[in-house]
Amino acid sequence: MDKKSPKALLYLLPSLLFLGAFLVYPLVDVFVYSFEEGFNFASGTSFGTGLYNYSYVLHDPYFLQALKNTFILVIITVPLSTILALVIAVGLSSIKTLKNLFQTVYFLPYVTNTLAVGLVFMILFKPTAYSDGLVNLLINLFGGQSVDFISGPYWAKMFVLCFYTIWVVMPFKVLILTSALASVNKDYYNAARVDGTGKARTFFRITLPMISPMIFYLVITGFIGAFKAYSDAVALFGTDLNAAGMNTIVGYVYDMLYGNSGGYPSYASAAAIILFAIVLTVTCINLAVSKKNVHY
Amino acid sequence: MNVTLKNVTKKFPSRTKNTPDVYAVNDFTLEFPDGKLIALLGPSGCGKSTTLNLISGLLKVTDGKVLFGDEDVTDLAAEKRGVGLVFQNYALYPHLTVRQNILFPLQNLKGKEKMSKSQMNEKAENIARLVQVDNLMDRKPSELSGGQQQRVAIARALVKMPKVLLLDEPLSNLDARLRLQTREEIRRIQKETGITTLFVTHDQDEAMSISDMIVVMKDGVLQQTGLPQEVYDNPENLFVAQFLGTPPISTFDGEVRNGTLYIGDDVVFEGLSCQEKKVTVGIRPEGYVLKENGAFRCSLKRVEVMGRDITVISENENCNSGEIRSIIGSDNKVDVTKEWVCFDLKPEKVYVFDRESGKRLREAEVRSNG
Repeated sequence: MDKKSPKALLYLLPSLLFLGAFLVYPLVDVFVYSFEEGFNFASGTSFGTGLYNYSYVLHDPYFLQALKNTFILVIITVPLSTILALVIAVGLSSIKTLKNLFQTVYFLPYVTNTLAVGLVFMILFKPTAYSDGLVNLLINLFGGQSVDFISGPYWAKMFVLCFYTIWVVMPFKVLILTSALASVNKDYYNAARVDGTGKARTFFRITLPMISPMIFYLVITGFIGAFKAYSDAVALFGTDLNAAGMNTIVGYVYDMLYGNSGGYPSYASAAAIILFAIVLTVTCINLAVSKKNVHY
Repeated sequence: MNVTLKNVTKKFPSRTKNTPDVYAVNDFTLEFPDGKLIALLGPSGCGKSTTLNLISGLLKVTDGKVLFGDEDVTDLAAEKRGVGLVFQNYALYPHLTVRQNILFPLQNLKGKEKMSKSQMNEKAENIARLVQVDNLMDRKPSELSGGQQQRVAIARALVKMPKVLLLDEPLSNLDARLRLQTREEIRRIQKETGITTLFVTHDQDEAMSISDMIVVMKDGVLQQTGLPQEVYDNPENLFVAQFLGTPPISTFDGEVRNGTLYIGDDVVFEGLSCQEKKVTVGIRPEGYVLKENGAFRCSLKRVEVMGRDITVISENENCNSGEIRSIIGSDNKVDVTKEWVCFDLKPEKVYVFDRESGKRLREAEVRSNG
């Protein structure tokens, strides 16, 4: 068939229209906003063009705090959740009794409503009039001092946020890795056994390379997901994240648009573009690393 | 090293209440002699692969003993038995190069057996040369042909000089031509290393052509063992007779009356020590001699001339294995216009079996040597 046939274009038209209207146009628009100083939605006017928005955002202490929070969250939760998921998946694949029960238990957070999860974390960490939360009860039991995890020191809040994030993203990873492990041909393990391969060596030299494509898929999507974190922080610390010092980049973008101090689409756009650049860079690095280490 | 199986049984418990347990291998006793190439032969599902896995230790015996030499290895795990195993699909690690695949078993060695890097490399090179993959060392398995993968798999199994080399259907993934080549190759490698080698096959040609000893199995039960030619010439029962030989043996409903063997009304042999019995008569394709007034009459269907010899295809109402294919020398002339063809039978190519049990009835046969 002729590649330049108008028919082909006609068939593509519906999806092109939708993609253009809802994906390409907004993207370009955000890019344009980010260079227009003081853009106003209502009047549709701006003072001029330039890099001022970027300069403002990069000097805004709230943004820098959000950037720091996001990076800490990413660096802690992505490797930790992946490794934990791998450990759990390997454990699940090697047991026989109660396998289904444990699989269900580990998958539960994935199907649980976010609000219900939030409630559970409240019980665990939030101080009430009667107690300081379940975790603090435990700390007290071992003779420690109560820690205010919700409005206390920064490390405590960050701990809760990371804990929550890992807990929420892990079920999906466990699921993917369990099926990846199950799809490795048993003959490889038998061959390794006959050759006298130890358990650890079998895992690192055979199992891990065999499931490496899935691990890297999880790492890449994990990075992207963690960079876009927002709702988790809101669920734990409420909507005024700047006051709590627990804002994330996406949270900052939202606040700039609709928050109490909002109404600055230009700043929001600039922050969004910065986030985009960061995610793009990290993903490219990931892909480059995976090309070297992922087999097939 | 010789391998001995003593009353080995492998039972797989049934999955449902209504089906009986499956005995994949049943009371198997045999000694596999040292330094020989031995074929485990049988139709699919006869338990030959299970037997191999019981020797490798990947499966645990339900009952009985496995001995390597004088050492009882029944309770030894697969990783401690020191066998080399080549899988049907080769199971080469796809992410490792040929060299890394061959080195893999050596890197597992611990303690006294541990080798230096250069020793390992030298061993790998040597074994690669033996199986002729030394020019492919830096390729990945996906970049190799089936035959090359097969060689690498054999190299990997051989590199640590196993006590026993086990091959599970080694040729089934190769095309016909490569199969012929590779089986010679296996024979050569086995001769050069002198390692006791067992291979599983359902192809009797494969088994007959290269092995020192064949072991015929059916439904988990050992049927017969011996030199390939011996087993072919002297089958213990109907199953073995039917399983070995191409074209296969023809079988007929026959009867012994007053010391005379009949197929239908044709008198096949006289003067037998056996008196009265319903029997199955098996006649090898090469057991027919064309003779004008021969005792055995069949209706002629057609003749295939193969150059070296002639195949006469005929029918007999007492035959229960379809058409009769008889192979005769090309110096014979067959008149294809005739309706009937008559044969004399070579006594040593005619076997008589009990019709009920399929057991060989030697007393109903004529044997020139006694």
